[in-house]
Amino acid sequence: MFAQQDAFEAERTARLVKAIYVYEAPLRLWHWVNALAITVLAATGYLIANPFPTQPGEASDNFLMGYIRFAHFSAAYVFAVGFLGRIYWAFVGNTHARQIFILPVWDSNWWSEVFYELRWYLFMVKEPKKYVGHNPLAQLMMFLFFTIGAVYMICTGFALYGEGLGLGSWASNMFGWVIAAVGGNSQQVHSWHHMGLWVTTIFVIVHVYAAIREDIMSRQSLISTMISGWRMFKD
Amino acid sequence: MTETFYDVLRRQGISRRSFLKFCSLTATSLGLGSAYAPKIAHAMETKPRTPVIWLEGLECTCCSESFIRSAHPLTKDVVLSMLSLDYHVTLMAAAGHQAEKQLEEIKKKYKGNYILAVEGNPPLNEDGMYCIEGGRPFVEILKETAADAKAVIAWGACASWGCVQAAKPNPTRATPIDKVISGKPIVKVPGCPPIAEVMTGVVTYMLTFDRLPELDRQGRPKMFYGQRIHDKCYRRPHFDAGQFVEHWDDDAARKGYCLYKMGCKGPTTYNACSTVRWNDGVSFPIQSGHGCIGCSEDGFWDKGSFYDRVTDIKQFGIESNADKVGGTAAAVVGGAVVAHAAVSALARARNQTGIDVPKEGDK
Repeated sequence: MFAQQDAFEAERTARLVKAIYVYEAPLRLWHWVNALAITVLAATGYLIANPFPTQPGEASDNFLMGYIRFAHFSAAYVFAVGFLGRIYWAFVGNTHARQIFILPVWDSNWWSEVFYELRWYLFMVKEPKKYVGHNPLAQLMMFLFFTIGAVYMICTGFALYGEGLGLGSWASNMFGWVIAAVGGNSQQVHSWHHMGLWVTTIFVIVHVYAAIREDIMSRQSLISTMISGWRMFKD
Repeated sequence: MTETFYDVLRRQGISRRSFLKFCSLTATSLGLGSAYAPKIAHAMETKPRTPVIWLEGLECTCCSESFIRSAHPLTKDVVLSMLSLDYHVTLMAAAGHQAEKQLEEIKKKYKGNYILAVEGNPPLNEDGMYCIEGGRPFVEILKETAADAKAVIAWGACASWGCVQAAKPNPTRATPIDKVISGKPIVKVPGCPPIAEVMTGVVTYMLTFDRLPELDRQGRPKMFYGQRIHDKCYRRPHFDAGQFVEHWDDDAARKGYCLYKMGCKGPTTYNACSTVRWNDGVSFPIQSGHGCIGCSEDGFWDKGSFYDRVTDIKQFGIESNADKVGGTAAAVVGGAVVAHAAVSALARARNQTGIDVPKEGDK
């Protein structure tokens, strides 16, 4: 009885499903490690600027701020090393691995598809186009907010980290110029780095929302793709 | 020209014993170790004395005030004897044409061989008319004197960064001296004022070793400005423990907890206050219960409140900091996402009923 019902529904909803392998294993691993690192960085970063209420007892019995900062710095190393690894993967991985680093801005066709995708989000077109990798709008956003954002946060973050390590440390030597570049007062770098936290938060909100929405509403899989690597096309 | 530092000191009545004490003290305070004491002594006994000309521009004289209060009287006496006090607007005995003539004479006699110490800065608007000395704009005197100097010392936040007179909107266009003087080695000794021992230390180093101390990226001597107040603060353990003063009159304030939440600028301020301290090592701002205001940092007047941790960013209007701007933006985006999700769900519900009903000719 049920089998008959199932067969009936399956027949009615049956669609052609095709699958393409998009995200290779190292890239998927990076994505989730990176997501974890960003979560830790954002939470601890906020707490460094706005610490918890005063801890009771002797100073020698507490190390709360120390642990929070340790978590922040550790996650920052994971994030930065992961980002370097991601750049390496852009060279040795498949073509989709290069998408978030290179925008085909010279391609008018690409731009028109960016606007098409924008119209899809504004409910002006009925169906989105199909893409194996990122859609052009997603690619643009990933580049602007993630790629540029990551470089920005790494540069400002390690500049501040270099202050703690001290003059002559690797972080001070490599990123100390950031402080001089914004006028020499590191208070300014603190403010701008903190601003980056909010840009990241906004990026995460939009990124997660778009992934869930497109997984449901567009004609291809998204969330499972970042787990299995396979992009499923639903029609 | 053949007179040495040692000759000058002896002439000023300083005993050899005191002189040697000064040499060891200086070697220690410069972080050079005791082996350098005889070298300093030797240098001062054999090298011809280098005069220092001290000019004052747009400033409040707090640098001079700090300098003459150098904690160790020995240091003060020795360094003051080394300085050519023939010309120091506040401290010299001469006045008027007589004083100006003396300045000219030193400049001629020691051409290319004197050190220029500048307190304050020149205002450039209206051809420098906001600061006139001896009937002439200070900027001209500064340029002329710097042209024949061997090296230049920028005393305090004024000469180094501009300080309060250069704070927005800076009506007189007060300008740090390194933007006016070119082609001369400049060492910046910022602070409002700088610590007296830091000032005497820098002068002594330059006079005895005949070169600038090692400088950081922004031209400050590493030996005094290499670390932040925060790095050597005696309240640092409370910071790491997460123990903060939340209000000026709370229990934590009485216990001497970290002033981080009260907007202490120690974590972003490079200076020696937490180690050298002030007034013969008696205290420094944090020790007296008030946060550091970052007076030795570039543009500290224009970087928001002295009492906020997350300070205002001027680019976003008068009363806005990163948390306010970012939090608002995140809330707006979050709201937009929820609204967009709702509209998306409605649109989808209208087009789709859960189970697709095959349309005519669909199969």
